[in-house]
Amino acid sequence: MHYKSAMHAFTEGVRAVLPLMTGMVPFGLITGVTAIGIGMSPLDAMGMTLLFYSGSAQMVVLQLMQSGALPLTMAVTALVINLRFLMYSAALAPHLSDLPRRKRWSLSYLLSDQSFALCSLKFGTDGLGRFAFPYYLGTALPMWFGWNLAVLAGVYLGTGIPESWSLGFAIPLSFLALLVPGIRNPALLGAAVVGGALAVLVHDLPYNLGLLVASLGGVISGLGIEQLRKGAPVAAEAP
Amino acid sequence: MNDMTPWITFALIGLGTFAIRLSFIEFYGALRIPPMLRRALVYVPASVLAALVLPAVVFKAGQPGIDWSNPQIPAAVVAGLVAWRTRSTLLTLAVGMGVLWGLRYLGGVIG
Repeated sequence: MHYKSAMHAFTEGVRAVLPLMTGMVPFGLITGVTAIGIGMSPLDAMGMTLLFYSGSAQMVVLQLMQSGALPLTMAVTALVINLRFLMYSAALAPHLSDLPRRKRWSLSYLLSDQSFALCSLKFGTDGLGRFAFPYYLGTALPMWFGWNLAVLAGVYLGTGIPESWSLGFAIPLSFLALLVPGIRNPALLGAAVVGGALAVLVHDLPYNLGLLVASLGGVISGLGIEQLRKGAPVAAEAP
Repeated sequence: MNDMTPWITFALIGLGTFAIRLSFIEFYGALRIPPMLRRALVYVPASVLAALVLPAVVFKAGQPGIDWSNPQIPAAVVAGLVAWRTRSTLLTLAVGMGVLWGLRYLGGVIG
């Protein structure tokens, strides 16, 4: 597609991201409600939201705060969850790394799953040249405003919700909603099953180390199954 | 834990996340992901999320062992099915919380 101007590219980015925001708004609301539900002040909850700009890392830290984990465990787990941004950064770098530092740094802070998904598709088919940045911003800015406003709304709703509603259960439920649709092949299923089962088995390890052990076990299982399945068709074709 | 510890933790996570996002965009051409790490990263979300979900569902805070009458277990199973069929965050949350509240209410009525 050809864009007439930077503004045109920006608007097209906005148009592409709007449908994806319907899934983000309830997640933001729940994040805000949960933060208040586990006893954070509205200021702490919003500070965390602005610093992270990462819903899954934020939910992870909320869950770990609830179970009294060490700050170091929280930081390591949140950053492991966010390692996926390495792949996003690598995928977008060829199209966005020539910009001045001010733009590079702001676009990096704004990087989300949704912007990555839209832009890697778009840049892959037709390199947008100088329109790559405005298109990216069009996908990223509505996400940023939408996310922070959704969490803020949740923070205000949260202050009126009694503890007996056990909204803490919304954390594992929101992880389920992220986890289940992402299981697209047997290797991913294996990673999830082993990761989950190991986490229950080694639950008693101190400092929430069980989480790291289980996650590592899940990743290794996923790699192992991938390897086995790669080998299988070849073996089947052999006489 | 003093009052500043959570903020220091949040700031470190924020900075770390920013550094991960910036990495290849800043050092394009100079950085390369080792192929093994690239393959492993694919399995990180599924593995970590499952490792967070299962213990949070089957264990009750401060109690050792698994209590199979914990209403969170059937609620999570139903929510997982909803997530699989609909891929909707909102429906997954609504149905999961609904089942939990429903079972609690029934438990209160019967027990």
